[in-house]
Amino acid sequence: MHKIWLIVQREYLTRVRKKSFIIMTFLTPLLLAAFMVIPAWLATVSDSADVVMVLDESGKFANKLENKKDLQFMTLHGDLENAKEVYRQTDNTALLYIPPLDIENPEGIKVYSKKNTSLQTKIRLENMLEKEIENQRFVASGIDRALLDKMKAEVSVTTVKLSGKEEEDNNAFVTSGAGIIGAVIIYFFIFLYGVQIMRGVIEEKTNRIVEVMISSVKPFQLMMGKIIGIAGVGLTQFLLWVILSSIVVTGVQAAFGIDAAPTPIEQIEAGRAEATGEEVVQEQNDTAMLADVSNAIANLNFPLLIGCFLFYFLGGYLLYGSLFGAIGAAVDNETDTQQFMFPITIPLIISFIMSYTVVLKNPDGPVAFWMSVIPFTSPIVMMVRVPFGVPASELLLSMALLVAGFIFTTWIASRIYRVGILMYGKKINYKELSKWLFYRV
Amino acid sequence: MSILKIDGVSKRYANHTALDHVSFDIPQGCIFGLLGPNGAGKTSLIRIITQITGADTGEIYFKGERLRPDHIKDMGYLPEERGLYKKMKVGEQLLYLAQLKGLTKDEARQRIKAWVNRFEIRDWLDKNIEDLSKGMQQKVQFIATVLHEPSLIILDEPFSGFDPINANLIKDEILRLRDNGATIIFSTHRMESVEELCDNIALINRSRKVLDGPVREIKNAYKTDTYQIIGNGKLMVLSPDFEVLEQHENHGVFRAAIRLLNNTSPNDLLRYLLDKVEIHSFVELVPSINDIFIRKVKEPQHA
Repeated sequence: MHKIWLIVQREYLTRVRKKSFIIMTFLTPLLLAAFMVIPAWLATVSDSADVVMVLDESGKFANKLENKKDLQFMTLHGDLENAKEVYRQTDNTALLYIPPLDIENPEGIKVYSKKNTSLQTKIRLENMLEKEIENQRFVASGIDRALLDKMKAEVSVTTVKLSGKEEEDNNAFVTSGAGIIGAVIIYFFIFLYGVQIMRGVIEEKTNRIVEVMISSVKPFQLMMGKIIGIAGVGLTQFLLWVILSSIVVTGVQAAFGIDAAPTPIEQIEAGRAEATGEEVVQEQNDTAMLADVSNAIANLNFPLLIGCFLFYFLGGYLLYGSLFGAIGAAVDNETDTQQFMFPITIPLIISFIMSYTVVLKNPDGPVAFWMSVIPFTSPIVMMVRVPFGVPASELLLSMALLVAGFIFTTWIASRIYRVGILMYGKKINYKELSKWLFYRV
Repeated sequence: MSILKIDGVSKRYANHTALDHVSFDIPQGCIFGLLGPNGAGKTSLIRIITQITGADTGEIYFKGERLRPDHIKDMGYLPEERGLYKKMKVGEQLLYLAQLKGLTKDEARQRIKAWVNRFEIRDWLDKNIEDLSKGMQQKVQFIATVLHEPSLIILDEPFSGFDPINANLIKDEILRLRDNGATIIFSTHRMESVEELCDNIALINRSRKVLDGPVREIKNAYKTDTYQIIGNGKLMVLSPDFEVLEQHENHGVFRAAIRLLNNTSPNDLLRYLLDKVEIHSFVELVPSINDIFIRKVKEPQHA
């Protein structure tokens, strides 16, 4: 045990002290901050000047198009050719042309612009025009607009899970989000650090230090020391990312006074809401949804989620890590790893894709069940299922199988490893590998 | 007393036999040459001694006990393929390898200090291995091999890659370690290179032991009672007791190899020659280990 600990220390320290590790650790939170700040900043820059010139030949929209903070209108007169010419000489965003118009059948409205008009601008203009036409139709048919607004209904459905003792508020968005985040982290962790194990083993082989090492320690100790040490590196990096990101994010929020970059969809929605004069309603909706989300987050079973995350995180990493180590031992250099990497990455990628497509839609279906029980796919798939609620028996079965799978792959890996690390200059195929399993060394 | 007893060790790989019932003893405190051509099975045997692999049959006894995993603490192994962690500093690397051999951190630090002073490489401690020349790396690796003061040191082709100056430095260190009580196993295919160093040898050829024992005894057993004589004059040997194997003459100086027959002594030969020629040199022709090996391998196989 003492020797494994020494190896763990070396593997950990040499990696943590590398420049690439330090750069990655500090750069990632900064990039995250940049992702937040730059779009927000760009939005403030471009928001200043959207001016749309309007040529209204129908005369129905005079003074009806209200100027907004970031969208202003400038009325033109004369004929279309003339207006186009005037527009061309300005820096304005677009030229809105409204021909003589039948209110029952509004056709022929055009937007001319030098550049492509943004979707957002187009939708806002459409909404504003629609609203005005609606208004004029109401007037024409004698309906009171205020009365109509009063009659409108807003319904938001709350989903409730009827399982166990209490009824819980439950939000499908939050539930799947929690699972997917965990699954994504596990997926990348296995890949990033599994490959590091493989590289480490290849490095020892090409450096020829391996013979010195295994005249002091057992191959198994060397392999496990490396796997555990690299797990430590990964956890350190992950932890530092969480801490640094939260510091950076709080810092950025304080400095710029923004919550987060609004997504284009939110902006479009905002534009629509603005245009239809339903800001108030929309805002109420937003707060309701926010309350709903935070409610659902509060209702997630955090101890279970975090416990499962750690278990599947480590279990998945150990299961795949030892296989990556075995690949490293079987080859002489990294270019030869492809043929062996393939069967390892396939179950990982499949479980990732299936999580998005099948498991999220039907978290209790047969596909979800089997994939969350088979050790090679369970770390990712079970993580997606857990927030939806998984029977304890299934969870225990999955965990037990993962432990068994881990012991099994480690056994296979250590068998391949002890033969492979002393084997040079031989092209290895699967038949050869399977022979190694039963070599007497 | 033997520090290592190898008893009927065999090792078979998928399609060839690496060792075939090899047995010999290695006496304590000697420099032992494990000799044989490439592919004879030397490295396979060393890997069994260092417990990197196991023997199929046969036993190895270390200090009278059957080989146990914790015995490796008392062995130092310098493999033929040298290697260190390239991105690690010299000092850290030595410390790490010493700790893996069971030294405490403090012990290891003290000994590293002593060794780097002896080899005058104190300035290297903070350098990465990859920044050192190949010869420097070899020195570091030699230190790593003996740092934990093992009683059995195994060196596989120790002089390959050293320039003559460093090779002599290492030779001196090996002799010093022997004088301090360590046993050293040399493995090499260049037999002439270790002849002068080794007290005992074992010859291995094609996975079998051919010959083993103290160098002096082996040489005695293989001497042919042949003497080389150099001198002035016309050499004519007409006695049935002496056989001239070789004779050259150049500007009146002759050089001849003469074998004694019929239990005559070298003094008889000298006495016989004294009247006839002027003798400048009279030396016994002792076969080199290389000659013995070649003779032994060419002999028809008995078993």
